[in-house]
Amino acid sequence: MDWQALWLSLRLAFWTVALLLPLSIFLGRRLAYGAFRGKGLVEALVTLPLVLPPTVLGFYLLVAFSAQSPLGALWREMFGQPLAFSFQGLLLASLIVNIPFAVQPAQRAFEAIAPEVREAAACCGMGPLRRLWSVELPLAWPGVLTAMVLSFAHTLGEFGVVLMVGGAIPGETKTVAIAIYDRVQAFDGAAAAQMSLALLAISLGTIAFSFAMSRRVGRRLG
Amino acid sequence: MLEVDLRADGPIPLAARFSVAAGELVALVGPSGSGKSTILRAIAGLARPSGGRVAAQGEVWFDADRGVFLPAHRRAVGMVFQSYALFPHMSARDNVAAAMGHVPRAARPAQAQALLAMVNLAGLEDRRPAQLSGGQQQRVAVARALARAPRALLMDEPFSAVDRATRERLYREIAELRARLTMPVALVTHDMDEAARLADRLVVLREGRTLQEGAPQAVLTRPASPEVARLIGVRNLFEATALAPDAEGFARLDWAGLTLETRARAAHGARVHWVIPDGYVALHRRDRPSRGEHENPVSGVVAEALTLGQTVQIALRPDHAPQLPLHFSLPLRVAQRNGVAPGVRAAVSLIAEGLHVMGGPGA
Repeated sequence: MDWQALWLSLRLAFWTVALLLPLSIFLGRRLAYGAFRGKGLVEALVTLPLVLPPTVLGFYLLVAFSAQSPLGALWREMFGQPLAFSFQGLLLASLIVNIPFAVQPAQRAFEAIAPEVREAAACCGMGPLRRLWSVELPLAWPGVLTAMVLSFAHTLGEFGVVLMVGGAIPGETKTVAIAIYDRVQAFDGAAAAQMSLALLAISLGTIAFSFAMSRRVGRRLG
Repeated sequence: MLEVDLRADGPIPLAARFSVAAGELVALVGPSGSGKSTILRAIAGLARPSGGRVAAQGEVWFDADRGVFLPAHRRAVGMVFQSYALFPHMSARDNVAAAMGHVPRAARPAQAQALLAMVNLAGLEDRRPAQLSGGQQQRVAVARALARAPRALLMDEPFSAVDRATRERLYREIAELRARLTMPVALVTHDMDEAARLADRLVVLREGRTLQEGAPQAVLTRPASPEVARLIGVRNLFEATALAPDAEGFARLDWAGLTLETRARAAHGARVHWVIPDGYVALHRRDRPSRGEHENPVSGVVAEALTLGQTVQIALRPDHAPQLPLHFSLPLRVAQRNGVAPGVRAAVSLIAEGLHVMGGPGA
């Protein structure tokens, strides 16, 4: 069992979720309620990582991370280390890969709130922030939670993009999914089985938890 | 005083202007698509018309010329939505307290409780909307609208989602509640009976335009135009030609060959519309003829006699124009005593005072 890889995967999943939470609320809400130019394009971009082969996405990320690209150069300038094959690069890739999982359920949840309920909140004297906090978030919460759980579980399982942009540097970019592949290549079936089982258990547990929470909230709103 | 003057072009045109005095209840009536709800939304700040002005008790909420537009949350407005739009995740008490941003936090639960008691919901404070009946939800919505101490109370078809028995009870409750309300109240409805029962004044709308404004009785008996008469469901609406006026200058009408006396004015030769409300069609009694029978007598055959509770709705086909039935109602007892039934001959008088003439060609 490669504990270091498991720990790295959990760390990556945690940071992915933590950074995507505000984005999923902001962008999901904006896409649900806003009418702006280029909304269709934004929605298409949000969905794109879902349909693109991980290798294609990984390739472009790799190009963008390289020291020759503006992003890669800027990163090296600011932090003195390359973005490619680093944990930060892996995290950035993970954020991009998970945008559809984080934004779409939140968008659907905000869309499901009846427009009159939001208008009623305004007529009750609530400003935009209080409306978000007291009415929209409590009602959209199951969707936002689903978004976070999906991102978490998906990050644990992501393989292709991680392989492309991260390589397999132990402690830096070698996630548990990569470690499993690594063990299989080395004919270490026992270690691969052990880690697969752990990943399976964590993923199942996370999703079961999210369903249980959603049901509880659903019952409350009954 | 709530002053409303709204103008807009585009898909939902608006040209509405009316005011509601403090403590007064004004009903906005009109067919669906007449812009009633849009007007209410514009008053609340949920829609922004291209032109006009809205002011509530001295506070200007919207003034297109001066570029003033307060968003909904900055207008002290109470709004009862057609679907009630309660917050599903909050108890009845919290729903009401949610509109009390102006009240110190500690005082909110008690005040919410008092408002819920006022709308007869004492004891149900802890229930969530899903655990309340339609009528109870409507009461929570009313309490929540009042919780903000609004400068104007707006109600958008607040009785349309409950059953008839509940509606009757809610009408009575609203009538009682009104005695305690000091702010202007605007009610949107498509139901003329509801409007006539609850409102001090009606504003009749069509396609966003104010067609007529007045006390329910005045609008019902003296509609401003055939258009209004049709919108409010007046059934005795007919066309006629004005003849030479009588000695006192009152118009005489040629109604499909029958001459009618009126107490109205009309230019000789003009094509006019006329209406007569139910109460001004007097049945000639079989047993006891009276002097009033000389006034615009019309005889014909009863085409229809529908008993609805204690009244009978009658359609009479006049001999001179069977295609133009006259509608009126009688107490069941009177109808029975006079043997009014389909196929029977009967005569009525159209009381000249009640005969309302509307001028204008094609109006």
